[in-house]
Amino acid sequence: MQDLDPILQTRGLSVYYDAKKAVTDVDLDMARNRITAIIGPSGCGKSTLLRCFNRMNDLIPSARVEGQVLFDGLDLYGHDVDPTEIRYEIGMVFQRPNPFPKSIYDNVAFGPRINGFQGDISELVERSLVRAALWDEVKDRLKASALSLSGGQQQRLCIARALAVEPRVILMDEPCSALDPIATLAIEELMRELSEDYSIVIVTHNMQQAARVSHYTAFLMVEEARVGFLVEFGESRQIFTNPKDERTEAYITGRFG
Amino acid sequence: MVRADFDRNLEELEAELLLLGEMVEKAIVKSMDALERRDLTLAYEVVVEDDLIDEKRFELEERCIDLIATQQPLAVDLRTLLAVLHIAVELERMGDYAEGIGKICMIIGDDEPVETPKQLPQMARMGVTMLRRSLKSLMDRDTDLANDVWDSDDEVDALYDGVCRQIFLDMGQHPKTIEAATHFLWVAHDLERIADRATNIAERVIFVVTGRIGRYKRPSEETG
Repeated sequence: MQDLDPILQTRGLSVYYDAKKAVTDVDLDMARNRITAIIGPSGCGKSTLLRCFNRMNDLIPSARVEGQVLFDGLDLYGHDVDPTEIRYEIGMVFQRPNPFPKSIYDNVAFGPRINGFQGDISELVERSLVRAALWDEVKDRLKASALSLSGGQQQRLCIARALAVEPRVILMDEPCSALDPIATLAIEELMRELSEDYSIVIVTHNMQQAARVSHYTAFLMVEEARVGFLVEFGESRQIFTNPKDERTEAYITGRFG
Repeated sequence: MVRADFDRNLEELEAELLLLGEMVEKAIVKSMDALERRDLTLAYEVVVEDDLIDEKRFELEERCIDLIATQQPLAVDLRTLLAVLHIAVELERMGDYAEGIGKICMIIGDDEPVETPKQLPQMARMGVTMLRRSLKSLMDRDTDLANDVWDSDDEVDALYDGVCRQIFLDMGQHPKTIEAATHFLWVAHDLERIADRATNIAERVIFVVTGRIGRYKRPSEETG
């Protein structure tokens, strides 16, 4: 594997919900301007791990984090770090499209307005919608409710909304699981385009999706004694054609458990 | 076991590949038998039966394509299916060489008794052994055996060089036999290619087991 230029790194990262461990001692580097997929069976802690990258776990009272998450060297869990600011730099797209019950325009303008954006906001909305490959479909109805869009369009709107605050990293938690195959392929295509300028981390159940879209793949597992530990990390082409660990092999060939 | 249906399909596919291997082996043995006994009927059979080998290869290809399309295989499953595709083609080409020998038998005919160079049956036996062992190495996922197949190709090459030299010598000494001798050169070439194809199969076995693609080198060759 080539040396990777990391934008996000975890060091000895463990996450607990009360006394229950959900992620165990993960050391992982996520490459700049590349797509990293995190795969693994249900309950392996992959979404929990993803939520550490923009401190979304802070919103869960019982969650406790040990170890480090470094964002370009900055410890995200450092005392002087404001999680809200982190979330502008490291945006998130969720499993189900969750547009606000507002117009398409207002959804995209929402974050910049809160941030006190001083520039041409219409230009920013257009640019974000273009980047999210949605502009052509909505440019004539920007004032229409975001809820009038199809599921795939709503998800691209959520991506546009995330892009509008000009993040450097986009986290995606099963972004296509509520979409049909065509809308899924549109999002995947978009991810590849976005990866030229953004670093993307995606959690997915869909191994074919991880194989299609990601540059790197991390495989997490859960055993009786240990939960949410990293089994193997590598270039996706290696992981999906010739994994080194037999547990990875068993999982991706569907012979797990 | 999850994916029991897929596993069953993979097993059947490998069984069919073995069957193709047996058909090819029979074709090689039969073609040499025909050559040594100048048995034109037998030679004709080899030529006609090559169609069955071709059909079997296409059938295997179709099954591989179906499984790739419907099962989206990854990792060792993907490597196995790609290897089966590749090996089916190698076997089919070996069958073509046997067919070529059959056709040469028919051209040589039965009227003029020219002695078959003794190295040719020997090369054929070695080629058949290499074929058998290459397929066994696949079934057993045995890279050591695959390496042995690879190594034994040198012996076939040496026999090939020897028989070519002898044929050229004979041509000089007995100009009348030049035409028949040229045909034997072709047979020698076909047999040499059969052994080469067996090494290609061995290479695919290495690929299935290790994921390494390309010409195989023993570890000792790499550290030099």
